[in-house]
Amino acid sequence: MAKITLNDLRHSYMPNPQSPADYALKRLDLEWRDGGAYALLGPSGCGKTTLLNIISGLLIPSHGQVLFGEQDVTRLPTDARNIAQVFQFPVVYDTMSVYDNLAFPLRNRGVPEAQVDKRVRTIAEMTDLTGMLRQRASGLTADGKQKISLGRGLVRENVNAIMFDEPLTVIDPHLKWLLRSKLKELHQKLGTTMIYVTHDQTEALTFADQVVVMKDGEVVQSGTPVELFEKPHHTFVGHFIGSPGMNIIPCQVSGGQVHVADHKIAVGNAAKLGSRNGMFELGVRPEFTSFAAAGLPVKVAKVTDTGRNRIVDTRLGNLSIKLLVENDAVIPSEGAHLAFDPGHSQVYDNGWLAE
Amino acid sequence: MNKTVNQKAWFFVLPVVILVAFNALIPLMTVVNYSMQETFGDNTFFWSGVRWFEQILQSDRFWASLGRQLFFTFTILFIEVPLGVAIALTMPKKGPWVSVCLVLMALPLLIPWNVVGAMWNIFALPDIGLLGKLLNSIGFDYNYTRQTGDAWFTLILMDVWHWTSLVVLLAYAGLVSIPDAYYQAARIDGASNWKIFRFIQLPKMKRVLTIAILLRFMDSFNIYTEPVVLTGGGPGNATTLLSIDLVKIALGQFDLGPAAAMSLIYFLIILLTSWIFYTLMMRNEEQ
Repeated sequence: MAKITLNDLRHSYMPNPQSPADYALKRLDLEWRDGGAYALLGPSGCGKTTLLNIISGLLIPSHGQVLFGEQDVTRLPTDARNIAQVFQFPVVYDTMSVYDNLAFPLRNRGVPEAQVDKRVRTIAEMTDLTGMLRQRASGLTADGKQKISLGRGLVRENVNAIMFDEPLTVIDPHLKWLLRSKLKELHQKLGTTMIYVTHDQTEALTFADQVVVMKDGEVVQSGTPVELFEKPHHTFVGHFIGSPGMNIIPCQVSGGQVHVADHKIAVGNAAKLGSRNGMFELGVRPEFTSFAAAGLPVKVAKVTDTGRNRIVDTRLGNLSIKLLVENDAVIPSEGAHLAFDPGHSQVYDNGWLAE
Repeated sequence: MNKTVNQKAWFFVLPVVILVAFNALIPLMTVVNYSMQETFGDNTFFWSGVRWFEQILQSDRFWASLGRQLFFTFTILFIEVPLGVAIALTMPKKGPWVSVCLVLMALPLLIPWNVVGAMWNIFALPDIGLLGKLLNSIGFDYNYTRQTGDAWFTLILMDVWHWTSLVVLLAYAGLVSIPDAYYQAARIDGASNWKIFRFIQLPKMKRVLTIAILLRFMDSFNIYTEPVVLTGGGPGNATTLLSIDLVKIALGQFDLGPAAAMSLIYFLIILLTSWIFYTLMMRNEEQ
């Protein structure tokens, strides 16, 4: 086991990349501690799978280094890196039994049969495969097969990291939840570094201690779920994480003061605005927006009941501003005003948090 | 809306029924008819029951032909299937060379069978053929028109050249359908190349290989044109396969009765063996 360091990592699938747009992965510097649970979160095509394949050794990056502990593994083949990976779609060896599938990575490495048996049974217990060990793998359902893939990923002891590439895509929703908490439990039990790639924020936020949000081959923000929620470093993070996402409101900044439609707004990062003047963006989450006696005058356009609470969609001119209210709260039909929690309202400069 | 109920739809099926009747059912029934009767020409027939069948099954000549046929079929299967899989494994999976390889592989399949026979006939001639002359000049006493071993060698080489491509193309189709994740997972699991072949590639190719073996079995069991053009069944009867023998009896000696009985036995052997092959392979699949 080891700490994983990514050093000035860049990758392009083209032989002679010219502009930044040619890179699937643009300049990455990350350090992951040993035993952590990390998630790579981002929309399809943001480069998260590319990054995963670079770490697992299926791809060699165009620039930069991958370090496991102090060892440079950038050019080492997959089998020399001592890592495990679970793929998006189940990969099982059809002709083998479930038992042989789980034992395969161990037998290939010459582990003594007694130890293989012990390990396979432990993992089968963890992944609920004990009853099916003698069955042929090809006869299982999609989620049964994915459990085998998970099991094969977990079966080796002392791996440097286990990587999951959207492993729950083919799983039924109710099992998804179950397997996700199972994975979390396994992480606590095994203490292995786990890297989880997904485009689903719920999966990322519930699984990881540290979430890396990616967009267009760049890391937009890396932080704990709470940090991502309370202090998004980029409007993309604000919008991508949270349901509904963060409100982005055009605002006027002059002399350290922030105005939206001629109303003065108190923001958390006012001190950082410095000498900035002109049009910027104000970001505030629906959770930190509320109705007030005075403030920004808006019209209520739509109320959506989510069961737990209600999402109110209000309009400031043509701009939509959403807020969350309790089920029993009174929603003003006329002359509504909005107030923002100053501690959770931030000004963004060209997408990035003004600092 | 009222539904019109009538039997006019049958007219649409009629052309197919006529076609199948003329090219399959009627000829087959004619053969059945011949196999039960004796004729002395002049369109007069005498009922002979199963006598021709008994005669064929008791004749050494038939068993010898069948033996040669089985030897030929199983030899080419044992060469073409492993060789075809091996070639498919070495072919590129992507890039500009894919189409080049595919066209090269398809070429032998596009050549008419009698042309293949004629090509190899000339190619292997000991005095002027490239292959024959070469073999003789490097010290082999090679003459496929005189020596049994040489005739078999040429015959099998010709079939391997002509038909291995079919196995290659089918195996290749099976190989390219394997998702990359399987290879990546196998590498992460520490599998050797042999294990990747044994546990990923071979199982994924199984279905297409079943079809390949079945097709090669039926085609090689029916083979006529190429060996007839190449060796004419000779030297002597050394390479007289079932189909060649059948034509000799039917058209050479004009023994319509025995020839018809023999065709039916021949037909039943192919039908039965194919069925056994297919059932065995499919049952394996289900397990």
